[in-house]
Amino acid sequence: MRVVVAMSGGVDSSVAASLLVEAGHDVIGLSMQLYDQREGQPGGPESFGSCCSLDDLQDARRVATTLGIPHYIVNFEEAFDRVVVRNFVGEYAAGRTPIPCVHCNADLKFAHLVERAAGLDAAAVATGHYARVALAEDRRTYRLLRGADPDKDQSYFLFPLTQDQLAHALFPVGMLTKPAVRAHAERLGLSVAHKPDSHEICFVPDGRTGDFVERHLEQPPADGEIVDSAGRVLGRHAGLHRYTVGQRKGLGLSAPAPLYVLKLEPADSRLVVGSRDELGRATFSASSVNWIAGRRPPEPRRVTARIRHRHADAPATVIAEPPSGATVTFDTPQLAVTPGQAVVFYDGDEVLGGGWID
Amino acid sequence: MRIYLDHNATAPVLPEVAAAVSRAMQETIGNASSVHTFGQQAKTALDRTRTALAALIDADPAEIVFTAGGTEADNLALRGAADALAATGRTHLIATGIEHEAILNTVKALERRGWTSTSLPLDASGVVRPEALAEALRPDTALVTVMHANNEIGTIQPVADLAAIARRHGALFHTDAVQSVGKIPVSVRALGVDTLALSAHKFGGPQGTGALWIRRGLRLVAQLTGGRQERGRRGGTENVPGLIGLGVAAAVAADTLAATAPRLAALRDWFEQTVLDTVPGTAVNGDRAARVPNTTNIGFEGLEAESLLIALDLEGIAVSTGSACSSGSLEPSHVLRAMGLPSARARNSLRFSLGPTTTREELELVAGVLPRLVARLRTLGRPLATAR
Repeated sequence: MRVVVAMSGGVDSSVAASLLVEAGHDVIGLSMQLYDQREGQPGGPESFGSCCSLDDLQDARRVATTLGIPHYIVNFEEAFDRVVVRNFVGEYAAGRTPIPCVHCNADLKFAHLVERAAGLDAAAVATGHYARVALAEDRRTYRLLRGADPDKDQSYFLFPLTQDQLAHALFPVGMLTKPAVRAHAERLGLSVAHKPDSHEICFVPDGRTGDFVERHLEQPPADGEIVDSAGRVLGRHAGLHRYTVGQRKGLGLSAPAPLYVLKLEPADSRLVVGSRDELGRATFSASSVNWIAGRRPPEPRRVTARIRHRHADAPATVIAEPPSGATVTFDTPQLAVTPGQAVVFYDGDEVLGGGWID
Repeated sequence: MRIYLDHNATAPVLPEVAAAVSRAMQETIGNASSVHTFGQQAKTALDRTRTALAALIDADPAEIVFTAGGTEADNLALRGAADALAATGRTHLIATGIEHEAILNTVKALERRGWTSTSLPLDASGVVRPEALAEALRPDTALVTVMHANNEIGTIQPVADLAAIARRHGALFHTDAVQSVGKIPVSVRALGVDTLALSAHKFGGPQGTGALWIRRGLRLVAQLTGGRQERGRRGGTENVPGLIGLGVAAAVAADTLAATAPRLAALRDWFEQTVLDTVPGTAVNGDRAARVPNTTNIGFEGLEAESLLIALDLEGIAVSTGSACSSGSLEPSHVLRAMGLPSARARNSLRFSLGPTTTREELELVAGVLPRLVARLRTLGRPLATAR
């Protein structure tokens, strides 16, 4: 069948493409041009130099050439700005800590890219995610499973996928470990075999999230008070978008014991800080919850819940609240439950669903 | 079978050009600046090219400065004139919004040096009205630049009328004729311009060669400083084999243009009308009369041109949209935007550009697949082809 593979220029999607070619599919590589790489770079429009993301697109082109598949770079700048960047900035402005990758997956790759793929008569869209899709016993429902490599599992970032999206999603490297993926790339002589993993947010390559948000805010960020949980003023901050729950560094406060960000209160532009003991939370609510099977559980559901990508999921009980909310109660309080991050529910290796922490 | 309908991006090198370039690389081994016999042979070969090119554009061979293509010629024309005119204190220039990036970005560069610019309005068919230029001229206008034929829509501007207005005003007039030279008869005398840029690879010559025609007596400031090549107007050892190829392509164009142009126009018109008749929701962009004979630019309602381009390429058919950004992905056409077309139209339009080797059979094939591809792309949001 004809498969469109989203090629980022990294080793995972490169190997995903090669596995599809080896399986005999008619593979088309698409790479998404997502943002203007010159933004925020010193020197102005006349300067030029190396540019990581352009290099990534060229890496994807090289891999496609090695694999002998057609490859195109599609311009998704407008859609990326609309569904990812503006949401990212808006979330920070609202005192939340967003995960742009989730929107990029659900609202760009498995939405706009799928649309493009349909126009090219493709039957499926593949990515280099470490996750797996399997048919349930009823032979109709698709299940989303963790990637086989526990260190690399990316199922957390895929929780909003619908049954229809999963029906046409392929994650060829999901059953492999990262070392196996690199070994495969090396065997094929792919130039990206030893390319380092990407970590930071791709459109903020310098990692200065606060600066990026400020450049994109329509109004200058509001400053405000830093208070403790009893309301005592301890200092001032220059904008809530520079903080996230659980943050310890960069508060500019001196205290006998370390202070952590407990809460962002955008309505009053207030930052609440406190001790590590105060950071734990057992019960919280989530919204825009997606249940992968397409229906919410009628009864309270025992799960393990993950509240950020690098959080070891912990036992919890979820009560689905119509229409699309949920109340999550951990068996033991977890540190830094952060509004804007996702909570994802697992049963063993299976992703049951997930939502956004309120 | 692969079908190439992107001659405005680059035209395949003519067989006689390839043969001449290859021969030159083996036989014409000297540096044209050298005193010895080898050097003299190279110099003679360049002179022959200069003469052939001059004949193609009705110029004097001494007025031609060879460059590494159209972009360099445009840069030399604008920057060279700006530097030469600096002493006059006139620092205003006029351009259109449909110019090639070689012009647009050079204008921007001049603006960063203190020049100001005015963008001439265009009518909906992409043509500049002479009155618009008359209105835009200011006492400090030093330079006017209007392209001869547009690369995306093929529209031909009334350059002779515009140049006459500029001349009466005492402003220099440059035209980027990269898309017209070799496709239609071009006479620098009839156009009445001061400088004219051209590029070999748009009419069967090698990439990386071109020329700027500079009216005799006009002094520009060299932008590539170096040796005394090109009478000091462009330093650097000439690309002798490439320029020999340019000369051959110019000679072929001069011989064949009168026959090729009407044949291409008839093919293009047939193709264009067939698409309009068989694919609903299509429209031609730009003036259908004042146009180079090989180009048609068609809007396809309700789809992304980028997708149609890819779908055609997967069928072995090479076409193009407006401009590609540095990654090679496509941007909404600045030309269609400058004509006042809505941004959706600028994103759904494709350029088909024919060449001397294009056949009726090829165009029938393309016209045959378009309805199916377009229909498929228009059913957006539907599920993918089949289940996994």
